[in-house]
Amino acid sequence: MEIFLSINDWFVGLIPAQITGLTKMVLIALAYLTLFAVLGLYLVLLERKVAAWFQLRIGPNRVGFKGLLQTMADALKLLSKELTGTVKADKFLYNLAPYFVIITSLMALGIFPFTQNLQAYDINIGLFFLIGISSIGVIGILLGGWSSNNKYSLIGAMRSGVQTISYELSIGLSLLTMVLITGSLQLSEIIEVQKNGWLIIQGHIPAVIAFMIYMIAGTAETNRAPFDMVEAESELGAGFHTEYSGMKFAYFFLAEFINMFIIAAIATTVFFGGWLSPFGITESLPWLGVFWFLLKTFILVFLMMWFRWTFPRLRVDQLLTLEWKYLLPINLGNLVIMALIVWLGLTLQF
Amino acid sequence: MESIIFYLLAAIMVIFAIASVSSRKMLRSVVYLLFVLIGIAGIYFLADYNFLAAVQLTVYAGGVIVLIIFSVLLVHHIEMRLEVASRKKQLITGLLCMSGLAVFLSVIYSYSFEVTGTSVTTTTAQIGEKLLDYGPGGFILPFEVISVLLLASMIGAIIIAKGEKTTKKHPTPGVSHNVKMMKVEQEQELQINPILNEKTPVETE
Repeated sequence: MEIFLSINDWFVGLIPAQITGLTKMVLIALAYLTLFAVLGLYLVLLERKVAAWFQLRIGPNRVGFKGLLQTMADALKLLSKELTGTVKADKFLYNLAPYFVIITSLMALGIFPFTQNLQAYDINIGLFFLIGISSIGVIGILLGGWSSNNKYSLIGAMRSGVQTISYELSIGLSLLTMVLITGSLQLSEIIEVQKNGWLIIQGHIPAVIAFMIYMIAGTAETNRAPFDMVEAESELGAGFHTEYSGMKFAYFFLAEFINMFIIAAIATTVFFGGWLSPFGITESLPWLGVFWFLLKTFILVFLMMWFRWTFPRLRVDQLLTLEWKYLLPINLGNLVIMALIVWLGLTLQF
Repeated sequence: MESIIFYLLAAIMVIFAIASVSSRKMLRSVVYLLFVLIGIAGIYFLADYNFLAAVQLTVYAGGVIVLIIFSVLLVHHIEMRLEVASRKKQLITGLLCMSGLAVFLSVIYSYSFEVTGTSVTTTTAQIGEKLLDYGPGGFILPFEVISVLLLASMIGAIIIAKGEKTTKKHPTPGVSHNVKMMKVEQEQELQINPILNEKTPVETE
């Protein structure tokens, strides 16, 4: 961390004082954009490798060492592709839609604490902000589906709307269950509370139930299998982004993978202690926090990929039954149980 | 810096508000409305009302606009355009808007705003404590009244959505329409009354 601080001091000395704030903002934004792109590309590669592993294949192995540069090549291909579109599409909304999806996921990525000091913006309503931002992303999908002027896109967008509105409730309520223990929405404070044991251990039974509900709802929120009716290949072509090509398609694709990372990162922060090491084994080396954070997040990302390649797709009515008749009542009951446990002081503290 | 951001947000909101009411494509005007609402959230962020800003984003931008878009998707075709109102109506609306704006501006400019030296961030905990506070200045009564209102509207929505089924499932011959309607009303009352009775002790406190 000292290295960063000395770099910061050197940098601040270099430029005029009036524009340091602005320059810093721009540099941080650039760093996040780089992270965004690299993370997106390598999550795609990870997905392909995991899929291959589950299906007893080798997966991409030609470009670079063990296929590590495969997605770089894919990205270059997507960059150089021609942008096509339908003639009677609503051009303004058609071009606007990908940006909704990608900007909201980028904004959500900006507030995670990677270590104690490595956090771009520690907003005091952190968790609520994340829920609010994630509810805007679906507008991009709805607009993209409608403005493409294609019936498959439209059906995909409608399904996405139904799915996201329903499962947002479960995400919000399961996170609220955990907020009962932390007493704060600020992400840095949520991690501070977990120095006495990760929340999934502190809250024991209701916390585990909340975590399971969160992972189910999170998978549905990112439109991944088994909840991928939005882009069910066998029925809808490519769903809401059927008419998109080149970079605009890549935006949707990247945002989908980043959203998966965000869902896993929220779970890491709220349930598994964020950048805290297990049993405090590396407490003297705070910079290892990044490692622990990414390790936990990628384990959860792997869990979501595991879901995808294991379960078959649900029908729309099954999806809605699952949410409204099972997850939501369980969640509400769980919230009351958690409130009782916190009230009676039955949480496990170390 | 802050004043630049404020004027930027204000300009965005004014431009998109005008675009929203003047656009002839329905979904586009919804999207312009979305930009206005996000601009309002931006103003809240600028004033350090973080909680209110997040509520604005979640409820209006994420909830209301998604529902509006959803209903537009159901009824609207991509080539449809809204009809243009007649010249007379346009004139009347314009005049009414101008008079409203005049009243608004005259109130704003006649009031002398005081600049507070310190700005305090309202935390979520403070909002929660105030909301459930039944001492002087507490908001427990409005909070409970609003929750009863929301519950009643929710039950009403369910009754409306199920109305056809509940009345037409077992058509009893000879029962007139009025009696049927009275039955439905009685059912509604039966469902709402216990909830209302439950909440009354709170109001007396």
